[in-house]
Amino acid sequence: MRAVRRCEIHAPPALVWEWIGDPARYLHFMSGITRWEVVSERPTGLGARYRTLMRVRSAEVGGLVEVVEWRRPTDLAWTSVTGVDQRGRWRVRERGRARTEVELRISGGVAGSGVLGWLAERIAQPTIEDHLERSLQQLKRQVEHEQLRSRAAARRRARAA
Amino acid sequence: MEAAAVQSSSANGRPPDAPHRAGLVQRLVSGVARQVTRRIPAADLDERDPDYIRESLPGTWLLASLYFRGEVRGLGNIPENGPVLLVGNHSGGNVTPDTGVFTLAFTAYFGVERPFYQLAHNLVLSLPGLGFLRKYGTVAASPSNAQKALEAGAALLVYPGGDFEVHRPVWERHKVDFDGRKGFIRLALQQDVPIVPVVSVGGQETALFLSRGETIAKLLALDKLFRLKVLPISVAPPWGLNVGDFLGHLPLPAKITVEALPAIHLREEFGPDPDTGEIYDHITRVMQETLDALAAERRFPVIG
Repeated sequence: MRAVRRCEIHAPPALVWEWIGDPARYLHFMSGITRWEVVSERPTGLGARYRTLMRVRSAEVGGLVEVVEWRRPTDLAWTSVTGVDQRGRWRVRERGRARTEVELRISGGVAGSGVLGWLAERIAQPTIEDHLERSLQQLKRQVEHEQLRSRAAARRRARAA
Repeated sequence: MEAAAVQSSSANGRPPDAPHRAGLVQRLVSGVARQVTRRIPAADLDERDPDYIRESLPGTWLLASLYFRGEVRGLGNIPENGPVLLVGNHSGGNVTPDTGVFTLAFTAYFGVERPFYQLAHNLVLSLPGLGFLRKYGTVAASPSNAQKALEAGAALLVYPGGDFEVHRPVWERHKVDFDGRKGFIRLALQQDVPIVPVVSVGGQETALFLSRGETIAKLLALDKLFRLKVLPISVAPPWGLNVGDFLGHLPLPAKITVEALPAIHLREEFGPDPDTGEIYDHITRVMQETLDALAAERRFPVIG
């Protein structure tokens, strides 16, 4: 199973990275995610580990994942250590002035599960794609809202000065 | 006069008389009981196979998601680590979909690596074709097996109501009925482990359960032979009228909802030397309240 969704956010990559690089914010914008808990000493960066769960129909599926790629502010990738086999990746690319294209990929499955595994992945795919789509829309809304808020605060400070 | 009748019957070469027949049936049933007892595997916790469970997760997920539209809540109430006694209400006859739905949710949530065992009736484990249950961590229900599992630091799922509760008639489907069995409380106190009540609804709508058949079971001495207090009678596909449910049945696709309640630490809540009767009343009451709430969410039988 491989699900990919992308969207364009009206904000610079560095601001987007503030959100996707911070595990504490995942529960606020990731759809279907019921747990994204830091279990390593360092909360972010290469080697950081999280316990993750995503609701897919009747079960919350996930396991322990580890960040295996951390290139600020363009790429963040993780892979599963225990639980269901999975890989995930955030790709953040600048598209003109204060515009960023964000892509979220998740691939996974259960090795050795045969035909039933193949069928389960096909049936689960629309649910996972829906979660990715919603997650990106929520990320876009929150990042752009945050940007508007900080600009307004800056204007207020300038007026006060 | 009765003796005379017996002599007369034998002399005429007719079929054996009633007492003789009863003795024959008794010997036959005892023979079957011995065979069944011999087939009960010795509990070996090492038979649980995490890789097998992981590989079969997609199949279980398909069944739970599409057929039973399973929904499991409150898994966060189960302690993250260490031994814990999960106490459930039992439904669905000899085919218990709520156990499957909960086992899938538990293993997906905590990972197949966390040791998790379930106690099952001896007959279930001795039936041919169900050997795979041992790979899931199902062991024969006995105090020693339960102790072994908890001492190994595992999560253990028990159904105190057992065969009595699982075969209750369909009009009692929203009733928690442990038949006064308190062994699970003594076990939790002895091992000093928390109890997490696990309440499920929908399982008793997977067939039309009509009667436990307790009187017939008593007449046939099933309790002494197989530890069976019941000989259930139900209407279920593909058999139609189903007596005994020994071969299982095809469950109707009832929506199954399961909820795990907050953990109960017995000595913290009931004192250092708690009364098992008080604990029993408390646990069955909170489970019944939850079952009532879950039942109230259902609008139609089977559909949910």
